[in-house]
This record gives sequence, C-alpha cells and structure tokens, in this order.
Amino acid sequence: MHLTRRRFLPVLPVLTLLAMLGPVAAGLWGTLLPAFGHLPAAGLTGPSLDPFRDLFDWGGLPRAVMLSLSTGLLATSISLAIVVLVTAGWSGTRPFRALERLLSPLLSVPHAAAAFGLAFLIAPSGWLSRVISPGLTGWDRPPDILILQDTWGLTMTAGLIVKEVPFLLLITLAALGQADARRSVSIAQALGYGRLTGWLKTVFPRVYAQIRPPVYVVLAYSMSVVDVAVILGPNTPPPLSVQIVKLMSDPDLTMRLEAAAAALVQLGLVIGALIFWRLGEVIVARLGWHCIAKGTRGRFDRVVAQTALLGGGASALVVLLGLVVLVIWSFAGFWGFPDAFPDAFTLRNWMRFGPGTLDALGETALIASIVALAALVLTIGCLEAEYRYGLSFSQRAVWLLYFPLLIPQTAFLPGLQTLMLNAGVDIGRLPVMLAHLVFVLPYVFLSLADPFRAWDTRMGTIATALRASPDGVLWRIRLPMLLRPILTALAVGFAVSVGQYLPTLLIGGGRVATLTTEAVALASGGDRRAIAVYGLMQTGAALVPFALALLVPALVWRNRRELRHG
Amino acid sequence: MDKGLSLRGVTISKGGVPLLSVTHDIGPGKVLTVMGPSGVGKSTLLAFITGTLAPDFQAVGEVWLDGHEITHAAPHQRRVGILFQDDLLFPHLSVGANLAFGLQPGGTAAERKAKVEEALDEVGLSGFADRDPATLSGGQKARVALMRMLLSEPCALLLDEPFSRLDAERRSQVREMVFDRARARALPVLMVTHDAEDAQAAGGKIIRLGEANRCAEGP
Repeated sequence: MHLTRRRFLPVLPVLTLLAMLGPVAAGLWGTLLPAFGHLPAAGLTGPSLDPFRDLFDWGGLPRAVMLSLSTGLLATSISLAIVVLVTAGWSGTRPFRALERLLSPLLSVPHAAAAFGLAFLIAPSGWLSRVISPGLTGWDRPPDILILQDTWGLTMTAGLIVKEVPFLLLITLAALGQADARRSVSIAQALGYGRLTGWLKTVFPRVYAQIRPPVYVVLAYSMSVVDVAVILGPNTPPPLSVQIVKLMSDPDLTMRLEAAAAALVQLGLVIGALIFWRLGEVIVARLGWHCIAKGTRGRFDRVVAQTALLGGGASALVVLLGLVVLVIWSFAGFWGFPDAFPDAFTLRNWMRFGPGTLDALGETALIASIVALAALVLTIGCLEAEYRYGLSFSQRAVWLLYFPLLIPQTAFLPGLQTLMLNAGVDIGRLPVMLAHLVFVLPYVFLSLADPFRAWDTRMGTIATALRASPDGVLWRIRLPMLLRPILTALAVGFAVSVGQYLPTLLIGGGRVATLTTEAVALASGGDRRAIAVYGLMQTGAALVPFALALLVPALVWRNRRELRHG
Repeated sequence: MDKGLSLRGVTISKGGVPLLSVTHDIGPGKVLTVMGPSGVGKSTLLAFITGTLAPDFQAVGEVWLDGHEITHAAPHQRRVGILFQDDLLFPHLSVGANLAFGLQPGGTAAERKAKVEEALDEVGLSGFADRDPATLSGGQKARVALMRMLLSEPCALLLDEPFSRLDAERRSQVREMVFDRARARALPVLMVTHDAEDAQAAGGKIIRLGEANRCAEGP
C-alpha cells in the first residue's frame, strides 16, 4: 500500500502538467496542419498556402484584426488603470472595502450573463433608455442608434472591462499582502507625498511584478473572447475569433482550412500584442523612474482617485444593474417601450423556459463538478508531493500554469477538434471535460496554492511525532484544517467550468448543451425573456458553489473559533 | 548503553558550513539541555532526530533510541515525542479528540474515552473533553499538548523552546509538570532553549552553542 502510494503521488505533478499542456500542444499541432492545407478527413493533403490566400482574400480581415487588437488592448489597459488607481487612492479605507465586497461576488458572474445584462441595460430599447424616456428624451420608440454591436467594438470592450475589473482587483489584493504596502505608503506620506502618488511610486512596482501574469491573461483573453463578442460585438465583419468559430461550424469541411489559418493569425496577434505590452511596460517603467527622480508629490491625487473610484463603482454597478434587468425580464409580462417597468410580473417565462434550463443545468453541473473535483485532486496531489518530496514548481515554472490561459482558445481548440475528427474519436461529454480541465486546473491551483503552503508544517511534525503516517497527517489534519480554501478552490473551478463557451461548443461538436452554450445561442434570436431565464440560471450555477464554500465551513466549524473565520 | 537516547557523531551543516556537532547519551529520566542564542541551528538538531530536517540542511551521524538505530526510520515510526513553544493543538478537533489523536490505537470506545478523561484529570482539566481548544488559556493549552504527546507513548521527549510563550508564573508551573511527567515515565529529554532559567530548572547537563564554540562538545 505504502509503496504504491509513494509511486503514485510523484506522478501527479507530471499528470497535472500533461492535463494542462497536452491538449494545448495537440491543438496547436492540429491547427498548424490544416492551416497549410493538410486535412486528410476532407481528402486534402498539404502543404499549400491556399488557406492563407483565402483568408487574406476575405475583405473583412483588416477590420477583424483591428477589432481584436483594439478590444484587447483597450479592455486590459482601462481595467488595469481603474484597479491600480482605485487601490492606490483608496486601499485600507472604508469605500475601498465596500467596493471590494461588492466586486468579489461579481467575479463569479459568467461573462455571458454579464454581457447580456449590459446589453439589456444600454441598448436603445434597454432599461436606461426606458427610465429616461420619454421624460428626458422625448422618445416614444427606441431611437435608431447603433449601441450594441457597434462597429468599433466599444460596447464589447465595456463588457470585458466590467468583468476584468473584479478579477484584477482580487489578484491585486492578493499581491498587496506580500508587498508591505501600508508602511511604504506611510513613509511616503511622511515625506509629503499624496496617498495615490506615494502608492504608485513605492508599492506599484512590486505589486505589478506579481500581477503581471494575470494581466497578460486578461490581454490574451480579451483579444480572443468569443461569447462576449457574439453578444456585444459587431457582426459585419465580426472580430477574428467569431469569424474562426463561424468557419469552423460551416458544414463544408474545407472551410476548416481557412479557419485554421485564421487561428494561426489570431495566435500571432496575441503574441504580438503581448510583446507590445511588454515594451509598453519598459517605457512606463522608464517614465516612472524619471517621475520618481523628479520628486513630484502628486497635486492631482484627489481628482484622479475620485475618478478611479467612480470608474470602479460604475463597473460594479453595471454588472449588478444588468443582473437586476435580467431578473425583471425573466418575470416580465408585456413590457412596452418606453415604460420603466413591465405591465405585469408573471411566472410564465420561468414555466416556459425552466424545464429546458433544467436539462442544461444538469449537463452543466455534471461537467463542472467532475472537472472541478479532478482539478482539485490533481492540485492537492501536486502540492502534497511538493511538501513531501520537495518536488516543487520553480518560480519560472509558475508561467506553465498561465500558459494554457495565454494561448488564445480560438488558436488551439479548432485544432483539437480537427485532430479528433481525423482520429475518428467520438466527440461528446468526456472530451469536453478534458478541454474544460485545461482552463479549470490553473485557476484551482492558483486559488489553493497559497493557503496550502501557508499551513504551519509544525502541525505535521507534531502529528507525525504522535505516530500519524504521512497520509494520516494529510487526511486527518491538513485537509480538514484547509476545508474553507479547498471549498473555495472547488467553487472557483466550478464557476470557470460553468462559464466555458468555446470548449463546450467546439469539442462537444454542438451536442453538449450547457447553460452557457444555450444562453449564447439565444443571443441572435433576441427573445429577452428566454435570455434572461438562461442568463440567471447560468449566474446561479456559478454563484451557488461560492455561497456553499462560505456556508459549509461556518456550519462545520461553528464550534471551532480558529477555523470559523480562517 | 541500551535504554535512552544516544546521539553519535551528529553533525548538521548548511551549505558545507557546520552548524553544530553533538555526541551524547541521554539516560532514561535524564535531561540534556542545548543552549544558544536563536539562529545557531538548535532546532535543526531536533528536526534531525524527528526525521523532519529541511532539505537545505545536511546531517551525518547516528541516532539510537532504546538500543535501535532510528536515523533513517520513517518519522512517524520513531517514537520520539516533541513539544514546541506553541501548543499546536489541532484547531479542528475538540480537546478530547486532540488527546484521542495521540492515544495509541486499540481498546473499545469507552476505554479510550476513559483514558482521555484520566489524562485530563491528571493535569487538572477534568470535563474539558468537549471544549474548543481555542477557548483555553495558554497554560491549559500547554497542559493538553503535553498530555497529548505522552498518550502516544513516546520513548523520548524533545522540547523546542517549550516554555518561552508562557508568562512567568505559569512558566515554572508548566515546566515542573513537564519534567515531572517525563521523569515519572523514565523518558530521556532533550531540550533546546535560549533561556538560562529553563536550563537551570532542567537540572541536567548543558551544552552551550554559540559563535565562539559552536562545537562545544564534539567527537
């Protein structure tokens, strides 16, 4: 028993890397071949440059490329600016804690649901326009202006910003813990610096070094996102990622060649943007040193801090109000423009769409629980192997965790699907789960690693001296003590799986219907009541596990003071 | 020598620099105190004996306990008990469950419960079995930690600055109790401390480590 365990545990880190990187590598390979004209399933053998020729002949390409770049760079820089300036100006104050408490649960609201909420809020016939009409505007019919799916992708960018702000804020908070920020700012303030300027000049460099990988993830994600782009992005032409999915779902197999070529272009774009961002970092750092050397104390701190807080508050408010509109629509009877509220509230929408959502919920929950559990087991295995044998991820290897999140989904998932098609592997639930695992694993690992490593190992020494075996220490002491972070990591994994659109769509071959794929599929139809019901179910599926992760430890440890709030 | 804890040519080093060297026999019921300022690696000696030395340290030498060499035994099979300056009671277990964790397997539930109660009685904590350890005072926690360790029937007891977190009054009380119990069970005791009073109260041989004489007693 012991021997087999001893052999089993060191294998887990290898298995984890394989689960994360294997599909990415295979998918990139599967993209590379058809991009150069090699697709045996369609009777085509390469190499040829025709797929790229077809792609470059598509008139929409320049626009699609520009959209991908502009949404990615804008969404990342604006959300990062909001988060950094809010933290600089307000961390440790009451408004900051309020904003933090408001934003944390919003992190788990799926992108699609947040995007629908935003759409229902700001569309010409959306809630905001209804509330001020006809009183302020005089409109008695929705104005004919292009807000949703605007040609410049601005609404789509806004949809990404409101979702990335909570993510970056929580990441920043985690990094702050190790930066000794409070004392640095006190010193700076004693030297006459404003709070915000002092923070930027003393704390920001350390914090940014820590949050750099997640910032890159946000950039790569924003450039290649599909579900938000389908809901809020322009149609003619669509962003590159959406075009890839369109080509992939064409019944004509040869279209996959062009899709693969586009996927490689997308990959190149993301790599290029990451390099561009890195250069930007160097320039900002130069300017920063210059600014520090000049010794300016920050005259505009107040205005900047207040603007940033406004931005952070607005982004939280947009998501929250979006959810409120979804709730209203899900219970709405007849609701004519420009009434602020429906004529009547009814359960009819839920009766009508509820049964359909329940099927999708079952599929979603089944996939998400198995994937989150698998990710948790692999993560605990890695961390325990690190503790027992010193087999640890080095600092550089941490980038491996971020690797699957930095490669755009649209670059390797089409290739993975093509590979499976060539190999004749059946598409369906199991491959979907494996594809989800690629994205769930890093988040579960990142969520659990710090608390797991922070555990006082003298507890283990004591338990060992009390003659408990290594497995006994793990199961009877360490895991129970870490119940809360373990459940939180599970909830994170569950929420990430619930939100997956592209892996479910492509790897499931359209046959695996989760709440997310169903909700996004409704986008083009425009039935607001159906969308509202599905969007809320999707949000609930992601939020409930977080509530449980708070509730269960509080109940289990209600008589254990040290663990109740830990 | 058969009974007791023997350190034979134990040298611990870090990055090729020797930190300390000890050769000593500790007889049953006897105490050896290793003294020195913090940072000279006293605790690594205890970690070597319990088998939990961090990988960045290197050690040579042998550890014998009651006539068996335990230098390379699995940590949980060495039968070496240890107490730290913090009580380290498992926060998720009640006081009674903490003691039951230490108690060797075997016996009916009722018998085990009785043994736990008996241990609590011995240190004046009758009726504390269902309490949350977080609700106990520092001195009470220290007593529970001691009894938990003794219930696991160790063959030797290591003390790592065990009394430094207690206030002056409780300190001598707890110290006396620990040494009494160890003597009563004829346990060899190895204590590391930087506190002269603790070293005096232990009443055994004292080895001093420091910058000047890191190898106060070597092979």
